[in-house]
Amino acid sequence: MADVNAKQVLFEPIFSNNPIGLQILGICSALAVTTSMNVTIVMCLSVIAVTAFSNLAVSLVRTQIPGSIRIIVQMTIIASLVIVVDQILKAYAYEISKQLSVFVGLIITNCIVMGRAEGFAMKNGPWLSFLDGVGNGMGYSIMLLFVAFFRELLGAGSLFGVTLLTPVNEGGWYITNGLLLLPPSAFFIIGLAIWGLRAWKPEQVEEPDYKMSRHTHKEAF
Amino acid sequence: MAKSKETVSRTLIVALVLSIVFSVVVSTAAVVLRPAQIQNQNLDIKTNILSAAGMLPQGAGAEEIEEIFSQFEVRLVDLETGDYVEPSYVNVQDPMKYDMYKAASDPEMSTNIPSSEDKAGIKRRPNIAKIYTLSENGNLTRVVLPIHGYGLWSTLYGFVSLEGDLNTIEGLGFYAHAETPGLGGEVDNPRWKSQWVGKELYGDDKTEPQIRLVKGGVGANAADKEHKVDALSGATLTSRGVQQLVNYWMGDRGYAPFLKKLREGEV
Repeated sequence: MADVNAKQVLFEPIFSNNPIGLQILGICSALAVTTSMNVTIVMCLSVIAVTAFSNLAVSLVRTQIPGSIRIIVQMTIIASLVIVVDQILKAYAYEISKQLSVFVGLIITNCIVMGRAEGFAMKNGPWLSFLDGVGNGMGYSIMLLFVAFFRELLGAGSLFGVTLLTPVNEGGWYITNGLLLLPPSAFFIIGLAIWGLRAWKPEQVEEPDYKMSRHTHKEAF
Repeated sequence: MAKSKETVSRTLIVALVLSIVFSVVVSTAAVVLRPAQIQNQNLDIKTNILSAAGMLPQGAGAEEIEEIFSQFEVRLVDLETGDYVEPSYVNVQDPMKYDMYKAASDPEMSTNIPSSEDKAGIKRRPNIAKIYTLSENGNLTRVVLPIHGYGLWSTLYGFVSLEGDLNTIEGLGFYAHAETPGLGGEVDNPRWKSQWVGKELYGDDKTEPQIRLVKGGVGANAADKEHKVDALSGATLTSRGVQQLVNYWMGDRGYAPFLKKLREGEV
């Protein structure tokens, strides 16, 4: 970790080391909050804020934290920040906070936040840790926005709540794809996104665990 | 250095300091933002009431909503007797502060519903309901009544708005539910909700609510079409839930005694 520079830390997680695409973390909220772009954007901003500031806070106190309680210390910092974010949303973005409901609170359990605090902020300075939090938050966000784009457009015929394809239910022509409004559809979209990402950056493809040997034996029929 | 921070006393000190610092941060945020949150919640309830009553202008701002809502009178009703009660009866000054859903979980302020009668699936019913009335020149023109009940996955909370005859529906809407998006979630669809306008709750005897959610649409010549609403496609259980909860709340155990008294001018 000697050669970390700010630009790398900030931009690597977006495509080269995407927390959802490569590390497959934070999937549960990617399924839950991606039915509309508006909600997704607020969720993304919340996650960016939490990862950035929890990384900053953990990094600031990293030399003081006894190893035996470091996880619970990180949890306390993350949980407090999430509560603050939740309170702010309830005060200034009430409509959207109603739709996000428990998922803001569940940022606490988002593996990305905890993973960055333990994996990066415990070993690096505050400024770099902050950037790493922003970068990973953005990596998460870009994947969520990608998923939400397709889910809202094809599932409800709109983007950012503005109707583009008028659905049959409202007297138009577009038969909405109900599957895309349900959580499992996000699996398909994330799967396709990961496929695309790995086709573009083949170094992300994992080594197979084992190789099937060629079938040489002739069976008698 | 590396060793010294692993001692028990050090661990306790770090834990203590951290807890204090973050409890201060969290409580400050909660206290400072509280007024804005309460304002949002109140505005949200008022918006829902106006929306059910069909009185919400497109893109109305907070002030406009407050202004329209101020025409309404907030009243508390004893569901058993159908009489109005004073706010002091439920220990509040402003009737707006009374929360009937909180009261439903308080044994002293609610009644257990026997499962045979619990069509709405709500288990307990508050004794006192909070309703909203609108009058013009002394004549009652609208009554907005809160309703709730179980759909498929969740309890749906909403309002029914009745015209001055206390029989014709002016609007119906749910503000909180977790039904399947695209199927049961279509209870929010404005086109579906618009069907409710003009439907009649009661038959000639004015006691038993007659609302039915039916399959395949309601034709212009359908029998009893004033009581029938097209059910949501792909959402049989949500539709059934809505039918049950409307009939429960408009029936004997709900607002029927109050509406009867109101119709006869006794309250």
